[in-house]
Amino acid sequence: MTEFLIYKLILVGSVFGITLFVAAYSTYAERKVAAFLQDRVGPDRAGPFGIFQPLADGMKFIYKEEIIPVVSNKFLFILGPCLAMLTAMMAGVLIPWGDTLIIGGKTYSLQIADLNVGVLYVFGVVSIGVYGIMIGGWASNNKFSLLGAIRASAQMISYEIAMGLSIIAFVIMTGTLSLGEISAQQAGGVGGDWNMWNVVYQPLGFLIFIVCAFAECNRTPFDLPECETELVGGYHTEYSSMKLGFYLFAEYINMFVSSAMISTLYFGGYNFPFMNDLGLDHNTISIIGTLMLFAKISFFIFFFMWIRWTIPRFRYDQLMNLGWKVLIPLSVANIFITGLVMLLIDKL
Amino acid sequence: MQLTNRSKLVVKKEMTFAEKIYLPAILSGVVITIKHLFRRKATVKYPEKQREISEIWRGQHVLKRDDKGAERCTACGLCAVACPAEAITMVAAERKKGEENLYREEKYAATYEINMLRCIFCGLCEEACPKEAIFLTDRIVSTDYERNGFIYGKDKLVEDVNERIDVTVRQTPAVLAFKEQKKLSHNK
Repeated sequence: MTEFLIYKLILVGSVFGITLFVAAYSTYAERKVAAFLQDRVGPDRAGPFGIFQPLADGMKFIYKEEIIPVVSNKFLFILGPCLAMLTAMMAGVLIPWGDTLIIGGKTYSLQIADLNVGVLYVFGVVSIGVYGIMIGGWASNNKFSLLGAIRASAQMISYEIAMGLSIIAFVIMTGTLSLGEISAQQAGGVGGDWNMWNVVYQPLGFLIFIVCAFAECNRTPFDLPECETELVGGYHTEYSSMKLGFYLFAEYINMFVSSAMISTLYFGGYNFPFMNDLGLDHNTISIIGTLMLFAKISFFIFFFMWIRWTIPRFRYDQLMNLGWKVLIPLSVANIFITGLVMLLIDKL
Repeated sequence: MQLTNRSKLVVKKEMTFAEKIYLPAILSGVVITIKHLFRRKATVKYPEKQREISEIWRGQHVLKRDDKGAERCTACGLCAVACPAEAITMVAAERKKGEENLYREEKYAATYEINMLRCIFCGLCEEACPKEAIFLTDRIVSTDYERNGFIYGKDKLVEDVNERIDVTVRQTPAVLAFKEQKKLSHNK
């Protein structure tokens, strides 16, 4: 029992650490990618190539003056960023970070908790994430904050529907909600044992899912909640110091978790092509698989940034049109098509 | 009423299907941005590397001394008059006995200040100067944390006796011809 606890504790600790590390370096990567896409060099003063920039940014956030508006609701004002951070961190529990490791005859899974309703749990946690923004915006007692928060919640709730519907089609296909099983189903891939990743069977579902993921993370082109031109800073207008840092940080953690989800659900998770043809032992394959998962996650984080620095943001009515009139009908159609195809495969 | 023939009729055109699904447009945009990722960067890493500047570049001013090391400036105030940004101020003083090695003529500038925040580096002070005392050089005015730091006094402007600043680089034939013509016009 103690052994089990220690192993889980180490796993939780390392996932926590890695999540924070990746989120911190996403801020650096964001600035670098932005710079490169605009023919600049980006931050390069703090350390070689500016790699200590996240540390410098963090220090700056901590040392900045902390302002809590007099007219704000103090308890909720502090609760907002905490909630945003908490819910962002919670989703990482379910991601299978790798296959099992066999040490001393015992099998250790690299997933903290393999819930049999994993996908549902992630959706639950993500929907709580709206509260962080909503509470923060409302407690600020500022019209720009409130407008930003309302926009954010309306946007996130609208896109959650399409996201959920696209996942229903996905679940019809996989027959399970457990992320561990979904990863295991995609084992092999190109090579001796022919088995494609889910994205091949669910291209439309993937498209809807990734668009909704952009909206859920409040990333461009759906970054209306913090639309500078109209709303100053959106829901975090009144925030300063580390509380602002928490909000910004939560956005990057969300980005990391959504990238991990996209990789796990649609791009084979820790599986990689030719994994069973290399003739390596189980542990080595697991470690390479974990690295491959992080490579996939890195690509999707880069993709998020790439899109951000390519296209402008939607107008608010365009956003709602896209969510309700395009993505929801499409995802419903996707459910029907998937159901039909599954039925036909059963009959044959 | 038509004022010009450049006006265009605005037509609210329905978007085609390809435009409505956004994806082709996003795809082409993404291709454009990824090309920029591998482009040569336009940034010049300034303190380590300086941009190549023209030979007639006008930078930080210098107050020249003559061959014997005496200040050339006589505080006539022509530079201050010529200055369109009103960046130059000075206080004149009379040379005392025994100061002949310091100042070339009987009158000199006790204080001479240029506000580098006001200065537009047009070089009119250099053209106006009848004593060949003030020149603009190829040096870049450095940054400062406070506004007072940009008011350059004689301590920063007058060249060191042992470290003369070469101003001949900027005095190309074209510049000299231009100054000659200006000199004639202001002598009139």
